[in-house]
Amino acid sequence: MDETISIGNALKKGDLWTRLSAIVMGIGLVMHRQIIKGIMVLLCEIAFFFYMINTGFHNLSMMPSLGTEAQGKVWNEAKQIYEYTVGDNSQQILLAGVITLFVIAAILVLWVLQMRHSYKLQKMIERGEHVRSLREDIAALFDGNLHITLMTLPCLGILIFNIVPLVYMISMAFTTYSKEDEHLMLFDWDGLHQFGRVLNMNGNIGRQFWHVLAWTVVWAFFATFLNYILGMILAMIINRKDTKAKGFWRFCFVLSIAVPQFVTLMIMNIMLQPSGAVNVLLKNLGLITTPIPFWTNAMLARVTIILINLWVGIPYTMLQVTGILQNIPVELYEAAKVDGAGPVKTFFSITLPYMLFVTTPYLIASFVGNINNFNVIYLLSGGGPTYVGDTAGQTDLLVTWLYKLTIDQQYYNLGAVIGIMTFVILTIVTLITYRNSSSYKNEEAFM
Amino acid sequence: MNNEKHNKPSLRKRIVNFLVHVLLAVLAFIWLLPIFWIVLTSFRAEPGAYTNTFLPQGYTLNNYIKLFTDRNVLNFPRMFMNTLIIAIVCCIISTFFVLSVAYSLSRMRFKFRKPYMNLAMILGLFPGFMTMIAQYFILKAMGLTEGSAIRIGLIIVYSACAGLGFQIAKGYLDTIPRSIDEAAVIDGATNWQVFTKITMPLAKPIIIYTVMTSFIAPWVDFIFAKVLCRANSDQFTVAIGLWNMLQKEYIYQWYTCFAAGAVVISIPIAILFIFMQRFYVEGMSGAVKG
Repeated sequence: MDETISIGNALKKGDLWTRLSAIVMGIGLVMHRQIIKGIMVLLCEIAFFFYMINTGFHNLSMMPSLGTEAQGKVWNEAKQIYEYTVGDNSQQILLAGVITLFVIAAILVLWVLQMRHSYKLQKMIERGEHVRSLREDIAALFDGNLHITLMTLPCLGILIFNIVPLVYMISMAFTTYSKEDEHLMLFDWDGLHQFGRVLNMNGNIGRQFWHVLAWTVVWAFFATFLNYILGMILAMIINRKDTKAKGFWRFCFVLSIAVPQFVTLMIMNIMLQPSGAVNVLLKNLGLITTPIPFWTNAMLARVTIILINLWVGIPYTMLQVTGILQNIPVELYEAAKVDGAGPVKTFFSITLPYMLFVTTPYLIASFVGNINNFNVIYLLSGGGPTYVGDTAGQTDLLVTWLYKLTIDQQYYNLGAVIGIMTFVILTIVTLITYRNSSSYKNEEAFM
Repeated sequence: MNNEKHNKPSLRKRIVNFLVHVLLAVLAFIWLLPIFWIVLTSFRAEPGAYTNTFLPQGYTLNNYIKLFTDRNVLNFPRMFMNTLIIAIVCCIISTFFVLSVAYSLSRMRFKFRKPYMNLAMILGLFPGFMTMIAQYFILKAMGLTEGSAIRIGLIIVYSACAGLGFQIAKGYLDTIPRSIDEAAVIDGATNWQVFTKITMPLAKPIIIYTVMTSFIAPWVDFIFAKVLCRANSDQFTVAIGLWNMLQKEYIYQWYTCFAAGAVVISIPIAILFIFMQRFYVEGMSGAVKG
């Protein structure tokens, strides 16, 4: 007979109390000798209904329309002033609705868990097994169930301050929440309209999107692989047998990343201004007569950003790969030497393949990090130069454009769409590479 | 280099060696130049962001004195205290979260384990920025965006999602042999005792690493702080203060002070960073292995 602990079985084969738990949550636990646990579950259910009646149902009922009452302005004859009537605030309605949906999901999870648990207890009692007391349950939380104790708070933090905000923000993409047409207080559902605008190459927004996307990919590619390869070469040069004062060289490079990144980036920005230190230095040396327009020429700004990112990133890579480089089996190099391979050949046929094999997850992480690299762009060029009529500058990445769209322009729906598109692109890249990487497949093998 | 005898350095080898050292010297110079320049600027006597000479004409300590005594326009000492408080609280919460999650994922086996790791990866793919705007609205609904409650808001923003950054710590814990835990369990230790009495003492490097990275984060982040503080200047953290000093209205008066502030902030962070780079390297090679 099928005796697995599942919801279906609990409803079909459960005893009276287990089935009754479907309505009065926790009663099954109480009747199956876990009284305090059962009462706690029941309290959760009561709190849930209290919440729903108080605000929950109202929140849900407002979701389809997102509010209709505009803020009004009424002339008060007696006081000779305009009086404002409170209108609906769609943004708050949407937030309350999203939170209510999460509360409902949480109570559903609890419902499933307590049904299954009640059925399990019933079976245990039928078989005459020992049912854990509260004291034993608590002891288990510090032993076999330690992961529950340790992970509850971190998971709650992630749920409330990462997942809920994300869902909320994603839902904005399907609304008219934007400063365009004055939809900041009151907005409606808009379906996929904003996605259409972003993807449409002929529209103004769409043209900018594809432009920014192309530069984002180019940037991420160069920033990731140039840093990776050059950083690795630097690490190998320092680690060479014949290099003297290894510690000193490493210290010089580490010092440059020990200074907070936003400080160095802001300094770089100032140094490369038309009258900044670099231009002054070059002028004093007689190399140039007019300042080099590092930030105002689109092409030059892009090259400068990639170069400065090398300055920022190479020491990091050096630090990260130093340990791994030393793990490469020495026999491989000796064999290459016997075969008469030179340093260049050794690098491309032994070091690089080995490193790629081992560090794929790291490479993906840094590619993702570069696509979302806000600081470098925002602090260096601020996304500029920007052409008239555009919201995106010539060096803007999707993230910095997202920032400009939401914080500066208050086009929240467009910003949300850009965020979703970034996610989609990253997911595609990551899934293809990560799923095929050896470190993912063999996660358990190294233990 | 390939066909050489190994015992006596040939002329060619010596030339290569010499060139390598010259190259390293040039690179080190490029990497240290901006840092050198900012230290010089912090002692510069003439005000303003742009000068006609690369080296300062006169030297002074006034920039540092102004930074710590001028409390009217940009109150640096206050920003410093704000950041310190936030950093200490964040550091405690984040360290606890990261180590708890890393230990659970490394040592315990439960149904939710793989899904959690996949979820963490997926959440990491969203631009952090996207959550931030919504976080702002949520904090606003909770009343944490006005007055000194901003501090609590910032602490939440910096540390609530720390459980997603477990990778390096988990990688390190994975390298600690499990046989040690198993021996302790046979001797009757509970998992909690293994966690607190065995794994944590062995994981000292990664604890120090986690403590330091979470302590440094509030000092170097400026974008979350900027969005959350808006115009509440008495809640500013150091990073926003420094950023403000470079804005049009302040830059002439405050540029050299900015340099001084940058030096003041960078010294402790640089010391912490250089101290923890060893753990960073160990954590990275551990993380890659597991």
